[in-house]
Amino acid sequence: MADYTDYGGDDRKGERAMNSRDSIRMEKICYSIGGRKILEDFSFLLERGVNRTILGVSGSGKTTILKLLLGLLDPDSGTVSIGDLCITGLPEASFMPQRKRIAIVFQGGALFDSMTVGENVGYRMFEEGRLSEGEITAVVREKLSFVGVDTALDLYPAELSGGMKKRVAIARALAADPDYIFFDEPTTGLDPIGVYNICNLMQRLQGEGKTTLMVTHDLATAFATSQRFTFLHQAQMLFEGSEEEMKGSCIPEVREFLEPTERSLFI
Amino acid sequence: MNLAVTDRILLFFFHELQNYFTLAGRTFVRIFRRPFYYRESIIQFDKLGFSSLFICILTGLFSGMVMALQSLIQLKPFAATSYVGGMVAVTMVKELGPVLAALMVTGRVGSAITAELGTMVVTEQVDAMRVEGTDIIKRLVVPRFKAMLLALPLLTIVTDIVSIFGGYIMSAGYNINPVMYISGLPQFMVFQDLIEGVVKPVVFGAIIAVTGCYAGLNTKGGAEGVGAAAKKAVVLSSVLILVSDFFIAKIFIVFRG
Repeated sequence: MADYTDYGGDDRKGERAMNSRDSIRMEKICYSIGGRKILEDFSFLLERGVNRTILGVSGSGKTTILKLLLGLLDPDSGTVSIGDLCITGLPEASFMPQRKRIAIVFQGGALFDSMTVGENVGYRMFEEGRLSEGEITAVVREKLSFVGVDTALDLYPAELSGGMKKRVAIARALAADPDYIFFDEPTTGLDPIGVYNICNLMQRLQGEGKTTLMVTHDLATAFATSQRFTFLHQAQMLFEGSEEEMKGSCIPEVREFLEPTERSLFI
Repeated sequence: MNLAVTDRILLFFFHELQNYFTLAGRTFVRIFRRPFYYRESIIQFDKLGFSSLFICILTGLFSGMVMALQSLIQLKPFAATSYVGGMVAVTMVKELGPVLAALMVTGRVGSAITAELGTMVVTEQVDAMRVEGTDIIKRLVVPRFKAMLLALPLLTIVTDIVSIFGGYIMSAGYNINPVMYISGLPQFMVFQDLIEGVVKPVVFGAIIAVTGCYAGLNTKGGAEGVGAAAKKAVVLSSVLILVSDFFIAKIFIVFRG
């Protein structure tokens, strides 16, 4: 397994001061699609400064958690709170200031394909209309430079590789200057260099004070970028703890996930 | 079919109906609220309206020609071929022009709206916009709605004019005096017919835009889901256009007294 501990990331990760009110929480969430339970009585806490990863096999509901935390989906029951505000059941417009503290990098990047890379990164600023076009372009260039794709400013998403799309998506997330950044399978489909770049970027973001929440099944990336881990299995949280606790866990499903064996075939 | 299945189907139907009209209502309200997305509306007008011009011209030309051809055959035994211009005009302006233009635009534009928005949904672009703080209805639906409200009446007027010209070409081939053809137009038409011919495409434009957007924004699954949503949008729009055509015609007849 690759070792990503030499990325030169943030030494202070996990040591940032925590405000008890500065967190994103979900409590006793139940969510189902077409009668199939995706989450059942699921509770989760993301505190500012503690970078987390949610692990689980494909289809276990990891992405659903991110969407529920952002208020993109409504749970069947339970509550989601950003800071002090419970956003469950509220119209989107009423929790927009809270949601703007969070950015997300979707699995495929979710870049707007009718816009150039520059327009994608500056999208929120163009929408808000507070900055002049020149100011927006300067910010866009800075963010693209941070992720190392500043030459792609005038290209369209269709002209980018998978890795570049993800880096542009990170730049778009950064342009919003969020406190929290969610990553949905950020390394899926990337070559080792692409994976290295994404991990490196995540660590640099953590170094700049951003709290990251990642869902993935890429263990190397997870252990390189997070302090706390949650393992999902059959709609429920089966494990929550540190890297050491996870590696030492006796839960059969966790062990199976960490070290797949012949028995794992066709599971 | 047992009661539980009927119950589920009815529940699904009314749920869809409620969501459809909710989207239509929210879209209408947001027309008057900032930001207005002028640039996006103009782009949509060009994409949805101007690009349908050629297909509407073709539709108008050949439907006008066939209308004149059939009328001439029917009117000839009564020596009333001089009325062909009026017959073509009144039929095209009141009924066929709006309906045919709307059906052509539905096939071309309604499916395109659904496919575009559906692809945005399945590739999470719509979710990304929501996270960025964008009101999806204002950003994606209203510009298309406004474009269709303006474009379809204009396309219908073009279709009507071209169809009358098509009828004229066919009549000339049957040695009908051009002056007689043109002078027959006002004999059959009243001002209310022109109003009806413009009101209908406004309603049809709204139907195409709302249905296309509704189906697109509710797309589920991947490429297959997008295809299914586009098919649903075209079928639903076409049916709604034909049904609403009847009711609008009925309302105009009632008001005419």
